[in-house]
Amino acid sequence: MQKGLEDQLGLYQKRIPIFTRSVKGAFRRFKTAVLVLAYAIYFLLPWMPWSRLDAPAQALLFDLPGRRFLIFGLTVYPQDVVWLALLLFIAAILLFFVTGLVGRAFCGYFCFQTLWTDFYIWIEHKVQGERPARVRLYRQPWNREKLLKVGGTHALWLLASFWTGLTFVAYFTYAPQLVVDFFTGQAASAAYITTGILTLSTYAAAGLMREQICTYICPYGRFQSVMYEPETLAVHYDARRGEAVHGRAAARAGQRTLAERHEKGLGDCVDCGLCVQVCPVGIDIRDGLQYKCISCGLCIDACNTIMDSFEFPRGLIRYDSEKNLASPTPTAPKVHWKRLKTVGYGVALLLMSAYLVYSVSTRGSFDRAVTQIRQPLYVVLSNGDIRNRYQIRITNKAAEDQTYVISARGIPAEALDLGNFREVTIKPGHSGLVQASVRLPPRLAAQTQNFELRITPVGKPAEARSETVRFDNPSKRP
Amino acid sequence: MSEQKLQSQTVQTTGHAWDGDLQEYNNPLPVWWVYTFYATVIFALVYWTIYPSWPFGKGWIGGVSNITYVNSEGETKTHSWNTRALLMEDMNQAAAAQKPYFDKVSAMSYEEVARDPEMSGFIISAGKALFAENCAGCHQAGGQGLIGFFPNLTDDDWLYGGSYEKIHETLMIGRRGYMPAFNEVLDGEQIDQLAHYVASLSGMEHEAGKAAAGDVLFHSEAAACFYCHTGDATGRKDMGAPNLTDNIWLWADVPAATVGEGKIAAIRSVIAGGLNKGVMPAWAGRMSPEHIKVLTVYVHELGGGQ
Repeated sequence: MQKGLEDQLGLYQKRIPIFTRSVKGAFRRFKTAVLVLAYAIYFLLPWMPWSRLDAPAQALLFDLPGRRFLIFGLTVYPQDVVWLALLLFIAAILLFFVTGLVGRAFCGYFCFQTLWTDFYIWIEHKVQGERPARVRLYRQPWNREKLLKVGGTHALWLLASFWTGLTFVAYFTYAPQLVVDFFTGQAASAAYITTGILTLSTYAAAGLMREQICTYICPYGRFQSVMYEPETLAVHYDARRGEAVHGRAAARAGQRTLAERHEKGLGDCVDCGLCVQVCPVGIDIRDGLQYKCISCGLCIDACNTIMDSFEFPRGLIRYDSEKNLASPTPTAPKVHWKRLKTVGYGVALLLMSAYLVYSVSTRGSFDRAVTQIRQPLYVVLSNGDIRNRYQIRITNKAAEDQTYVISARGIPAEALDLGNFREVTIKPGHSGLVQASVRLPPRLAAQTQNFELRITPVGKPAEARSETVRFDNPSKRP
Repeated sequence: MSEQKLQSQTVQTTGHAWDGDLQEYNNPLPVWWVYTFYATVIFALVYWTIYPSWPFGKGWIGGVSNITYVNSEGETKTHSWNTRALLMEDMNQAAAAQKPYFDKVSAMSYEEVARDPEMSGFIISAGKALFAENCAGCHQAGGQGLIGFFPNLTDDDWLYGGSYEKIHETLMIGRRGYMPAFNEVLDGEQIDQLAHYVASLSGMEHEAGKAAAGDVLFHSEAAACFYCHTGDATGRKDMGAPNLTDNIWLWADVPAATVGEGKIAAIRSVIAGGLNKGVMPAWAGRMSPEHIKVLTVYVHELGGGQ
């Protein structure tokens, strides 16, 4: 039987375990800072109090049964869905913009897959030790030590996954109550299901699959490649310097200093392999830019550490552009933004962000929808007058009860009949329906194509809004 | 793949041989496929346990999942899972949620319901649904009616009165509009004169001479129109006799005619043929009192009421 053939034809390559070595340096410090900040926000935000009159005192609460998102002082209703569209657009454009400038910075420093994987590797490191210890443990047969250490790691991962899932659910319901309910079996089934799914998926993605998510599953990592331009900064190995004429070589006696190495035609790379050992996706950056690279910068830190210890200049692996690396006269790497694509993304980003800020800051305290009743469009009354009817729906988006007055412009004041409701008071977050009818004598009706309905919140004349509505009559229209 | 295997001398066979050298390759199913198959078998077992599955004797195995709901009589019903019980559960839950509103409607007067903003909103939505289910078949979706058949409920004219009480009465006991056919007692000339007179009442195009003769006829015992339509032709509401002096037409399709002669002809045909189709059924007993009350307020608001 051909065992090798079967393996090759597998649909899914068996994962080669990666044991990353920890490293110190500027990029590691930056990654740690982002991780701490992101975790502080994600895990603590649901616990932030925010006093409200009519809703739970939680700063950020996605109140799905109430059909509203409570975001600090702002209450977002389904009618504001355009903000979500804007936000998604801004997020996408920001990704394109940043990728064009400095490559997959999102993947390397900010993506939750990277953050959680980083945290899980840290747990693994704390329990099982540094890379050699972990490799040894992996290779040794199952015994008490291996069982304890591997089991402990997985237990901690599951605990972290569980708290990640529960925290996610806490964004959708009052957090302190949720935690009590959850452990007393009183929480909604949706809470248990969501927490369960997120616990398992976090555990699988950050603990077991890790870089395979980026390599096989994530579409963003792949399509960011098409945003690279020759000027884009990315993590590169300076092959010209590292390989020279006769390639890289270990720093043995006689080829330890730069002068000796240059004389022998050897490159600056001492082939220590540290850049490979620290890589969380298990690639060798010296093979050139590749799709698996998430651009986390840890190999830069690793290489700089070695260069420092040999007193070679830093930057054998560095952020640089393809264009600069290929240039006969390379300059110091810098961000090039004066390109059509980058400027275009930047302008789109600014415009959309400005529009979002403008839209949020100028939102009225109420929403209104005026619908003309279409069955029938008009009614001829006993004295020959024409009547049109309208349904006015007002949604109060303010935090307190509000009374609204409805008036008309472009028709005589007495033509507007609001039935029993001269003014209407609506609770926050609720809608009120008012039936209005407009009655015009035939001659005036024939001249009136449109008129304006004006809704004014009592005490806030500046927030009044007008709506132009049609008036239909039996005479033929052009 | 198969080509590679054919070239290979080491492909696994089932071990059988026919006619000496005929062998069969062993191509097992992929492992993932086999495990997925086992998983579906386990899924099926779980499914059979939870939901109704196998016919058994005269019934079936109901499964362990039940649907329990309280019906309108207050009885608690439990069924094994089925979509009809699911619907009944939803319907009864919705009815239970509406009950406080209907109770409030029963307890309040018509005017109170109409003036309460919250109840008014309820009337608009609940009334619309009840109207669509029960009334729209004749009076049309928006209550605009159909000339020649069903009255328009959105105008300001009410055949039997537009107060809450009158609308309620109409809904409860129904109505029957009737007008005799006058071609049995009057000749064509007289009917024509009456038609011109009726046209003159609402300021339409007419021949003054015929209208004057019609006026006399209208108030005479010969035609006796005034018995129902009254002396000033504004109609008796207790009979459901229409007001002939306004611009609203129910039976004669006057608005559809573009020339004066056509309008007169439409009126003439109603006078000659009479009417026996103004029938509205009684809804008492067909609908619950609170539903009729909601509809009363809803219809009142449609046309502004009286």
